Amino acid sequence: MHAFLKTGKLGSGGKGAGGSGSLKTGTGSANTPKPWVEKYRPKKISDVAEQDDVVAVLSKTMNGADFPNLLFYGPPGTGKTSTILAAARELYGKDLFGQRVLELNASDERGIQVIRDKVKNFAQNSVSSTKPDGSPCPSFKLVILDEADSMTHAAQAALRRTMEKSSRTTRFCLICNYVSRIIEPLTSRCSKFRFRPLGVAILEERLRSICNTENVNISDEGISALIEVSEGDLRRAITALQSVARLQSGREIKEEHVYDITGAVPQTWLRGLIEACASGSYDKLSAFVDDLMAEGYAAAQILLQIHDCIVEEDNLRDVQKAAVCEKIAVCDHRLLEGGDEYLQIMDLSCCLMQNLTK
Amino acid sequence: MSLWIDKYRPKELSKLDYHTEQAQHLKQLVDGGDFPHLLVTGPSGAGKKTRVVALLRQLYGPGTEKLRIEHQSVLTASKKKLEISTVASNYHLEVNPSDVGIHDRVVVQELIKTLASSHQLDTVGQRDFKVVVIVEADKLTKDAQHGLRRTMEKYMSTCRIILCANSTSKVIPAIRSRCLVVRVPAPTNEQIVSILQNICKKESLNLPIQLAEKIAVKSRRNLRRAILMCEACKVESYPFSSTQEVSLPDWEVFLRTTANMIVSEQSPNRLFEVRGRLYELLSHCVPTNAIFQGLLRELIQNVDGELKAEVTRLAAYHEHRLNLGSKAIYHLEAFVASFMALYKKFLEENMADMF
Repeated sequence: MHAFLKTGKLGSGGKGAGGSGSLKTGTGSANTPKPWVEKYRPKKISDVAEQDDVVAVLSKTMNGADFPNLLFYGPPGTGKTSTILAAARELYGKDLFGQRVLELNASDERGIQVIRDKVKNFAQNSVSSTKPDGSPCPSFKLVILDEADSMTHAAQAALRRTMEKSSRTTRFCLICNYVSRIIEPLTSRCSKFRFRPLGVAILEERLRSICNTENVNISDEGISALIEVSEGDLRRAITALQSVARLQSGREIKEEHVYDITGAVPQTWLRGLIEACASGSYDKLSAFVDDLMAEGYAAAQILLQIHDCIVEEDNLRDVQKAAVCEKIAVCDHRLLEGGDEYLQIMDLSCCLMQNLTK
Repeated sequence: MSLWIDKYRPKELSKLDYHTEQAQHLKQLVDGGDFPHLLVTGPSGAGKKTRVVALLRQLYGPGTEKLRIEHQSVLTASKKKLEISTVASNYHLEVNPSDVGIHDRVVVQELIKTLASSHQLDTVGQRDFKVVVIVEADKLTKDAQHGLRRTMEKYMSTCRIILCANSTSKVIPAIRSRCLVVRVPAPTNEQIVSILQNICKKESLNLPIQLAEKIAVKSRRNLRRAILMCEACKVESYPFSSTQEVSLPDWEVFLRTTANMIVSEQSPNRLFEVRGRLYELLSHCVPTNAIFQGLLRELIQNVDGELKAEVTRLAAYHEHRLNLGSKAIYHLEAFVASFMALYKKFLEENMADMF
């Protein structure tokens, strides 16, 4: 019976504690494969890649300095959530983490009512400055509001006074992609930290170390392809790496495998599209676009890549390039609002055709 | 007596007719034990669903074919009761959240939560996760997609999600980066021809290759349509003759005549008639983007080179506005009216040049 419980099949209680408990329990997680993004999440603040300012500030608070309300913003996959989780774990240790940290994100209900009830109640009670075993720990609790830019304005407004009134017992950490979506009164109450996209060197180092631990056989071109498609987003790079490793299981991972998994459109199709435009024949173009769509590539991806091609195209003058780029922007916007893929790509191609044959 | 598309749908990964290498990869994925969330994308009729069903069978064995339809009710935040029907087996649950419109976030979260909160009872020889299949994932609202982000990570230990979408353009990057993307390209014409011939062989019919090719071209690389057309041809006249006409769906013929009406006369009166026909199409639930595409394809054939680009621009412009607006007819009519104006002006200028 005891062994049965230890496998963690039924005991979901341990996992309720913000996922931190399950990270370290050895026996339970050994047989259930975890996504590598979770597995290789930094466990200490000093492990966080590249973001020097925030790491410096947080390490100071570890040694007893005051902990301000925080606002982290930056593109996805730069380590915002990882940083605050690592900090919380270091501050409170494994046991207190569940009691002292309240993590809310976009998938939880987070309207004004929740801010009023849940957050306020959580923030009201003060906590002692020692752990059960007597060692010191900070005398405040931590509320992490992940993906805060998807909170309603009303809910954000409700947070203002709560934040000030409970400053004795609670610290807030807001995490978002776009700081402009957070209302001004909130941003002025927090110290802001911008998370930069990760550099090539650090991405390569992390990916290589994961490859070594997981025994993944990958070529140098494969690594650089991963870095190229991830655009500084470490999570995307690691997920892509894991997906390729699963599909190729054991064999060497090459460049084309990486491109295939990320849905990038091969160069031959893009050249073909430009040539079809240059031919000046509408029927040819229409047939080509039909084929391209049937291959199942995403129109947004095509726009992204055709943009690079246009910039380097020799047959176009600068004015024409500008006209085409403007069209790309318009089409992208329309796609985002639900426009039909075939029509938008045709519209762009016609614009390209007019410019190429002029 | 079932339709050919159901009768001859491959049930196992090893029996798929094309993209066999991809099927091999998927099989390895299942055998590896470490199964990620999947995002299956591809144009309609390319075989996304077939692959998902085959994959489920590979995961759990033939038990996945015992399906039952369940009606679940979910309560929204504003205490509104929503009814949604799901198709489920003991191992998986399939849901089309776009049925409930803007309330899809609650539905997705509730369903996944109820499914994921209980573990598989008998884990011996079984997977310790269940699968939720969400079809038409690109129709999910942004709200629902954001809600899915954390849900996907949180219930990773008991639940896997398979999303089916026509295109990844409308799936937010955060979801895309959490899934393994499986692209299913449409079959080529040759592949369609060989599949059609295989089916006919099994039905012990004789399908001339010319007719098979004709069907493949008309289906525009949509296998489901090709098989349906083939069956329709058989019903119309058998034995097949290689010169036999392949009949298009009714609404396409209807759309073609509508386009011809627009080209033959441009007047307010004609616009009024066209409007009636457009209403007819809409009331038969023909998707608006299909109407736009169909109209464009037909109109383009009747206009001169320089006008083609302009007409395409108009179609793209109005189709986009249609998605923002609430009533489709205004935008369809606006497109027809502006086409008429453009075409008439062009004709009059040409006339003036002649004299």
